[in-house]
Amino acid sequence: MAERTVDISSPILSRNERLAAELRERFARTHTFVVNVLSSPGSGKTSTILATDALLREYGLRSAVIEGDIASDVDAITMKEAGIPAVQINTGGLCHLEGNMISQAVDALDEGVGLANIDVIFIENVGNLVCPVDFDLGENLCVMILSVPEGDDKPVKYPGIFQHAGAVLLNKIDVAPAFDFDRDAYNATLDDLNPQAPRFEVSATKGTGMDAWAAWLREQIAAVRA
Amino acid sequence: MHELGIVSGVLDTVRNTVRHEHAVRALEVRLRIGDMAQVVSESLDFAWDVLRDEDPVTAGCALVVEEVHPRSRCLACGNEFDHDCHHFRCPACGSGDTTLLAGRELDIVSIEIEDDDDAAADAPQGAAAEAV
Repeated sequence: MAERTVDISSPILSRNERLAAELRERFARTHTFVVNVLSSPGSGKTSTILATDALLREYGLRSAVIEGDIASDVDAITMKEAGIPAVQINTGGLCHLEGNMISQAVDALDEGVGLANIDVIFIENVGNLVCPVDFDLGENLCVMILSVPEGDDKPVKYPGIFQHAGAVLLNKIDVAPAFDFDRDAYNATLDDLNPQAPRFEVSATKGTGMDAWAAWLREQIAAVRA
Repeated sequence: MHELGIVSGVLDTVRNTVRHEHAVRALEVRLRIGDMAQVVSESLDFAWDVLRDEDPVTAGCALVVEEVHPRSRCLACGNEFDHDCHHFRCPACGSGDTTLLAGRELDIVSIEIEDDDDAAADAPQGAAAEAV
């Protein structure tokens, strides 16, 4: 029996990376800006998308949402009730979204409202601070949402996802007085971990700080389309 | 982390490579994994031990992991520096305008395979099979 070594030199997730590249080309053709929304379960992804959509509408920008959840269509129903086109993906236990799921969801949005009629797609990823970061979905921006009750130490515990983010939102600042969230420690960690990503302190449900976030997002959308 | 999914993806590539190369079985797989990928090695080994033995082509195949520590380049002063998973500022000039060069790898480097000597003499051998 002869033994030999075959050189592979390829990403383990190369299939997903191919799909992500195809999605990125597709989004570029229709000038659709895609935001991959990452956070723990319950930090306010849905509320933040709803509040952001309301502000983007004032700029004349139309949103759609791809909802990723292990089960249920609760979030997609919420979006549709707010007048936002939404497609629900149930991952059936999988802890993150992958390119093939997004391709199918984008097909559904294209058939439903037409991709050319959508300025921004928010992909609400499965609530998880580890796995989603390795799966490129063809997005223009990954936004990380941390909520005050989760604690200021989350960026220390989950550096991979906070380092990957293009913007970091600290949500639920309206309840900050009830928690011992150390803003200085949180900011010091991010100063070392991801000094490039802008940070916004917001309350999605009360509206605090949302104007600054939406204005920045609008600039990013305009820059890609320029 | 999705160690089970990683192992499943690696084994798909290994099986395809063994078939493409007209080999008998795989002996060793070498991966390159960056610290920032947050892969838990115990979970990876456990998933590997369970899943590899489901197919005679990969049964008993060894898994070797090369760890890659984070390394960045400062876009302000050009300095290249090694760092841990939490500190990305340039140690030379203090700039936060840096780009990660290494540390997020999730790659299959190579696969060691065993040929059937009789069959190998007849079968044409092409380039490495594309990873799935």
